Amino acid sequence: MQNDLIIAGFGGQGVLLIGKMLAYAGMADGKEVSWLPSYGPEMRGGTCNCTVVISDRPVGSPVVERPWVAMVMNLPSLEKYEGMVKPGGMVLVNTSLINRTVARTDVRVVNVPANEIANRLGNPRAANMVALGAYLGATRAVSLEAVEGLVRETFASKPKVIDSNLAALREGYALGERETAVAQEVGA
Amino acid sequence: MAKKLMKGCEAIGEAAVKAGCKLFFGYPITPQNEIPEYMAHRLPQVGGTFVQAESEVAASNMIYGAAGSGERVFTSSSSPGISLMQEGISYIAGSELPVVIVNIMRAGPGLGGILPSQSDYFQATKGGGHGDYRLLVLAPWSVQEAADLVQDAFDLADFYRNPVMVLGDGLIGQMMEPVEFKPERTPCKPLAPKEWAATGCSGDRPTNIVNSLFLDPEVLERHNQKLKAKYDRMVRDEVRCASYGTDRPYDVLVVAYGTVARVSSTALDDLRGEGVDAALFRPITLFPFPHAELRAAAEKAQEVLVVELSTGQMIEDVRLALEGRKPIHFLGRQGGMLISPEAVAEKVKAIQASSAEVRRG
Repeated sequence: MQNDLIIAGFGGQGVLLIGKMLAYAGMADGKEVSWLPSYGPEMRGGTCNCTVVISDRPVGSPVVERPWVAMVMNLPSLEKYEGMVKPGGMVLVNTSLINRTVARTDVRVVNVPANEIANRLGNPRAANMVALGAYLGATRAVSLEAVEGLVRETFASKPKVIDSNLAALREGYALGERETAVAQEVGA
Repeated sequence: MAKKLMKGCEAIGEAAVKAGCKLFFGYPITPQNEIPEYMAHRLPQVGGTFVQAESEVAASNMIYGAAGSGERVFTSSSSPGISLMQEGISYIAGSELPVVIVNIMRAGPGLGGILPSQSDYFQATKGGGHGDYRLLVLAPWSVQEAADLVQDAFDLADFYRNPVMVLGDGLIGQMMEPVEFKPERTPCKPLAPKEWAATGCSGDRPTNIVNSLFLDPEVLERHNQKLKAKYDRMVRDEVRCASYGTDRPYDVLVVAYGTVARVSSTALDDLRGEGVDAALFRPITLFPFPHAELRAAAEKAQEVLVVELSTGQMIEDVRLALEGRKPIHFLGRQGGMLISPEAVAEKVKAIQASSAEVRRG
């Protein structure tokens, strides 16, 4: 089976980083992976995205026009990617920065107040980790343990932020699991 | 060695180091800046030298000089930069020197854009610089294959004493995938000592001269014929290609190279789910082009579809290979726009539907 997703947001929100972490974790879990960044002529504060494919088979196209999942960290990303998700797929919405709901009714929606949670945990820059955790909780695409290991590695030179990033990841994970359980109960 | 997640550009750089390349000369340009960045950091660790040239014209003359000394040497650039290097590349081919050139293609013409393209196919395979010469051109479809082909490129360059180009698009340079380097790699060609190299001598052997100037037309013609014999040998011995789904019956044969071939392979998987039979033929060497192999694969198809990130360049070699035997269709995007699996699948379905109608008709 194949998990593919597009992660999109403003430059600086760390969307490329969490995409890379997913690819690394997928590889650590023994899967085939690819990570493709947008590298267009954009500047800080502009939009930024990456496509990650995690598969049991060799990855075919690293270019995904119709992903199973779109993780959108800001409103322009929701506008751009909402319509592209495959029917039956999932839109993970950072509700802290997106003040409208997902219009589509044929996809699962996971609402994540990523910035609010990160702020509450005392590390406003860890909103991306909350979103990544929520994705993992909702899809189990790769193991939480593999990503936790990567957080420790990634921030090895800044040990002060490891705990808050791990907390953000775990809180997101729990939220993603909860939202999924609710969706299953109501038969969505 | 364990698999490592690497960006295409970094894998290309590491592959060059693993192949024993000690010298890099180049000039920055998107989307391949991570190659010189990697070499700048990595070469000093292995006793090599990285030089950022003042321009691509200079870089191509630096690799010319360095190759004359017999060291393994490498440069990389992207489309406009490769255009600037053409004079040097022609001299290198004329002087029969081994160099490896990586072109991570971006959209043109002119400065164009920085996004992926395959619009330098003609330049890579049909000359680029002046004179009657050929590059051996290798086109990877994954980061792993880019790493493998770059290592082979050094062996092929040495064996034929000819420049070898690895032609990838921006996607190959920028995406990350797992890569594995074998600890003990056997060269893909038998390699003789470089007795021709201009390394300096104290009269104990005849002087070696590196030169592309032959003012006597009879001598130059003999030189041209010698080069031709070399290119003929490449055509005979170096063709590489791959196919996907050709073990089953198929109506449409898709021909694509590089990442576009991968996009097409996903389209074929999706089509199989819908009961549409199509197969993929992928040239890995663009020169020498796999004419006979393509002709054989197309025999079993009703229609052929060429997919490229250009307005249609490789399609000319496909036409030459098929000699009018099959109808040939084209799907292309330009300007840095990408082709999706969905677009390929739709085109295949449209071709199959109209082909079936004609046959019924």
